[in-house]
Amino acid sequence: MTENNGNDVPREAPAKILWGMRYLLARRMTQIGILFLFSGALLWDWRVLRGNLSASWLFEAIPLADPFAVLQIFFAGQSLEGDVLWGVLIVILFYALVGGRVFCSWVCPMNMVTDLAAWTRRKLNIRSAYQLNRSLRWVAMFTALVLSGLTGVAAFEWISPVSGLHRELVFGLGIGWTAVFGIFLFDLLLVRHGWCGHLCPLGVFYSLLGVFRLPRIRFDADSCDQCGQCHRICPEPHVLNLSELRAAGRVNSRDCTNCLRCTTLCPQDSLALGLVNPLPDLQQIETKEVS
Amino acid sequence: MPLTRRQMAVRAARSITAGAVAGTIWYQLLRSQATAHASMLRPPGALDEQDFLGRCIKCGNCVSDCPFDTLKLARLGRENTPGTPFYEARQEPCHMCTDIPCIKSCPTGALDPELQNINESKMGLAEINEETCLAYLGLRCEICYRVCPKIGKAVTLRYRSQERTGKHAFLEPVIHQDECTGCGMCEHACPTDEASVRVLPRSLVFGSFGRHYRLGWEDRGVITRDFEPGAGTPAAVPGSREKALNTLNRGGKLYD
Repeated sequence: MTENNGNDVPREAPAKILWGMRYLLARRMTQIGILFLFSGALLWDWRVLRGNLSASWLFEAIPLADPFAVLQIFFAGQSLEGDVLWGVLIVILFYALVGGRVFCSWVCPMNMVTDLAAWTRRKLNIRSAYQLNRSLRWVAMFTALVLSGLTGVAAFEWISPVSGLHRELVFGLGIGWTAVFGIFLFDLLLVRHGWCGHLCPLGVFYSLLGVFRLPRIRFDADSCDQCGQCHRICPEPHVLNLSELRAAGRVNSRDCTNCLRCTTLCPQDSLALGLVNPLPDLQQIETKEVS
Repeated sequence: MPLTRRQMAVRAARSITAGAVAGTIWYQLLRSQATAHASMLRPPGALDEQDFLGRCIKCGNCVSDCPFDTLKLARLGRENTPGTPFYEARQEPCHMCTDIPCIKSCPTGALDPELQNINESKMGLAEINEETCLAYLGLRCEICYRVCPKIGKAVTLRYRSQERTGKHAFLEPVIHQDECTGCGMCEHACPTDEASVRVLPRSLVFGSFGRHYRLGWEDRGVITRDFEPGAGTPAAVPGSREKALNTLNRGGKLYD
């Protein structure tokens, strides 16, 4: 299959291209598969995943619940008990092990929208019109909690495009897609990785859960030739700060979503997925600033 | 390069301003979306509307567990309070499952698990439009009466003679608000083009005549100042059955 096209650049075989996209395909299959399982509960009475991302039942036996939504309901002055708290605990434990922001790149349906925006932006070579501070999402998260207290309803849950999009895909369409389309345009034309990387309070909440995660991107400083490709593709490029990578030998920032794009892209194979013992790095992680 | 104090102050001011602007918009969005409208029929056991909105996590488990596809999730831009469950009785009423699967599936208690008996649920309250109800017009309809899961309690038929013809009778359905669950079977079955009996959120229809009236033909006791409606009828005193005027003419007291 491989042949020279005259420029001495070997064209890549389809199999190799597919192999390079393995994580991307796996992520899309997970994201769509989860939507499919939820929809199946409604349409065909499947008993695998029932409910939606806010709260659900896995195999009719294991409760799952979004800890941020539940936290907001607490702030709204409602005391919860029972299954929903077990659901929160299970979700927290799961994401504590695999990494909080794994939710963002492997589960969240908005990720497909913002990834599409980022892809289009790269193809059309659109530059950012504005710079936003990535800590804005912290402000958003705390505002969500304060507003929940003021209004008596879960403030982010009620306007969240994440659960809104998910709900509409599973339970039927309203006009929530217009908000989602707005975020697509915002990401495409105004701010690069604007929603997921700068504003989404859910993502930053989940990042807190991933401080002790086991899977992390390993970095091999010797083979890295600093081509910068990883940096260009990464939705949270500050996690690939070279000096920090050299010092730690891996990506420790909790903002890393473990989307694994960088590992397949790196021409030197300096970046790869690995399991680590997170405990010795605690101090390092806690003192690190989100840039 | 470390920031000067001035730069830091400007940054902080920017963040606070952005937060305040976004927070205000956010707050208004919440006010428009998540405040109680009393416009929707909620599943059995739903808390008071504002508490319900605070507690409902909008997971849709009640919807997927509803065996009759009665419950739906409100959609943004189509119904109020998007994401929350509701039903439209004319399309599909609540069939009042005795095991109440919607309440069992609710993870947050927005549907109160204390409700064990579906007949005690208070989802809404039916109201009859007497101008278009066939029974009130003199026909023998009584469909709402027959389909009511609490026949004879939530709906009864009231006999009245038809004075226009002098030889016919009205059998008029009457809703009893303390018994009606608001399931909507009547609205679903009503044969008029537009339903002549409708289920509305209870707060829109529920009536109360107040503490100071008493139904003398039910509360057959001595009239006292400390009469408490609903607190049980005072024991009937076999005393005077005289006409009130006679009693007063005899010099009797008002509150004997």
